[in-house]
Amino acid sequence: MKNGLPLVAHLGDFSMLSFALKRLLVAIPTMFIIIAMAFFLMRLAPGSPFDSERAMSPEIRQLVMQHYGLDKPLFAQFFEYIKGLFVFDLGPSLIYKNQNVSDIIGNGFPVSITIGIFALSLAIFIGVPLGLIAALNQNKIQDYSVMAVAMAGICVPTFVTGPLLALFFGVKLGWLPTAGLDLGEMTFETLLLPVVTLSLPQIAIISRLVRSSTIEVLSSNFIRTARAKGLPDSVVLVKHALRASLLPLVSYLGPACAGLITGSVVIENVFQLPGIGRNFVTSALQRDYPVVMAVVILYASLIIILNLIADIIYGMLDPKVTYE
Amino acid sequence: MSMIATPKEKAQLLEKSAILGRSLWDDALARLMKNKAAVISMYVLGALVILALFGPLFWVNKYDEIFDDMVLVGPSLKNMFIFGGDPQGRDLFIRLLYGLRVSLAVGVVATFVSLTIGVLWGATAGYIGGKVDQIMMRIVDILYALPFIFFVIILMVVFGRNIILIFVAIGAVEWLTMARIVRGQTLSLRKKEFIEAAQAAGLSTYQIITRHIVPNLLGPVVVYVTLTIPAVILTESFLSFLGLGVQEPLTSLGNLISNGAREMEIAPWLLFFPAVTMMITLFCLNFIGDGLRDAIDPKDR
Repeated sequence: MKNGLPLVAHLGDFSMLSFALKRLLVAIPTMFIIIAMAFFLMRLAPGSPFDSERAMSPEIRQLVMQHYGLDKPLFAQFFEYIKGLFVFDLGPSLIYKNQNVSDIIGNGFPVSITIGIFALSLAIFIGVPLGLIAALNQNKIQDYSVMAVAMAGICVPTFVTGPLLALFFGVKLGWLPTAGLDLGEMTFETLLLPVVTLSLPQIAIISRLVRSSTIEVLSSNFIRTARAKGLPDSVVLVKHALRASLLPLVSYLGPACAGLITGSVVIENVFQLPGIGRNFVTSALQRDYPVVMAVVILYASLIIILNLIADIIYGMLDPKVTYE
Repeated sequence: MSMIATPKEKAQLLEKSAILGRSLWDDALARLMKNKAAVISMYVLGALVILALFGPLFWVNKYDEIFDDMVLVGPSLKNMFIFGGDPQGRDLFIRLLYGLRVSLAVGVVATFVSLTIGVLWGATAGYIGGKVDQIMMRIVDILYALPFIFFVIILMVVFGRNIILIFVAIGAVEWLTMARIVRGQTLSLRKKEFIEAAQAAGLSTYQIITRHIVPNLLGPVVVYVTLTIPAVILTESFLSFLGLGVQEPLTSLGNLISNGAREMEIAPWLLFFPAVTMMITLFCLNFIGDGLRDAIDPKDR
């Protein structure tokens, strides 16, 4: 028995590696399809990035289009773009002169990712205990109150909680700044409201998830066995139930990321944060093609990678999972 | 097809619906009616729907009517501005009814779009199986990886702010989960005897899917539909909040909330009433959805 274990673990590692590689291989066509869809959709849009500059004469316009390579056939442009991607060249911004897309993303991404990571941590830190409390006191007052809070978190969207929190803590009480965060100015005070607002729906979803999975696990056979052996409740919960009941949380990592990204678009608009969520909407409206593409590519790869990590962690935690 | 159905098949069908089918649904209905939150939600939602549909017919003001003396006036009985006036001097109450109408319509229509695509896609993949299943579900996986909100935003920008497009765009991205649920159910249904009987009776694949598979998927699908509607309403409001939803003078709940948030320091009622309406609507839909899930699939509880 003791001899067999390392071998099994080793085999597990090997199959996991090939699983990860396979998934990464599949991710390449996925990314390609995403890039192509975003590229051609964006170009189908009526209007051009130079519409706002009314004084532009046709000749100058032609020159500008030529400068950015926008006069070439669409497929040639697409090919150029893909070629650029291989050397991490995202092109220039068409609206902000003298700024590369990489600069814009580089400025905005730290803000967005900081808020996102803090919000997710806060959501797990609060959501998991809430879910456990509810599950352990099923159909009691604790359960009902947690579920009421969770329902509120799901039904009250961030674009309502955001302004309300800003109004109350920022304007009425004057405790916290409500807007205007420059780069390098990310302090506890400026981040608190955005992070809390962004995490509220996630707290709700996570606590519901943990509650239902814990209830299911607690009624399963191996928990009954553990109890029958005479183990105290706390040991049963911590050593046996917790791992199984937190498994769904791992596979929620990918969707959580998508939810946070969506939320961040609202949060950055409400609190006027210079993140890429806000950038994306303005860029799409101004037809700043390269910026839009870069944001889509960045977030798509983020979601793909997180999903992959989630699957790998899941496999490590759940012995029932085998990698094909 | 019913014309070709043998009397025996008919009898079987009748028997099934008479004994198994009805009692299952009766059971579910009884359980649902015991769920107080769900029942209250149904009444409240019903009232809201009636108000949104017929309220504008009887209300004194029009949704785009401008009263110069009612600009940013708080709730008052003057001109029947019971919920106050907006920055243009329009009646918030009637605008709220229209907003609710648009939001509910988007919720229902987009959910229907996602339902149609998702059920057909999932049932086909699950029933045919093999390579077809693999390819179809691989497509779903790929679409799952999309930062879909960005694609909806791009779609809105590309094709302009058009209400039909909102329906289609949201519906087109919401069908993925539905397809997965339906496929899973179908896989287990495929091996059942009544499908074998239908195959033996010589029904085509299309007939089996539409006549035998889809009706048996009803339970989980109904549950998921009721939970999709609030999600869709939320997505639409999100778009409207960013200024990408329906266009003025028409409005939606998200639009009103967005405008209210802008004026909340001087006219808090402009944020309060739309936000509360939205929350009540979402609460009701979610409670009904949860109630239905517990009623139809009691093992989840």
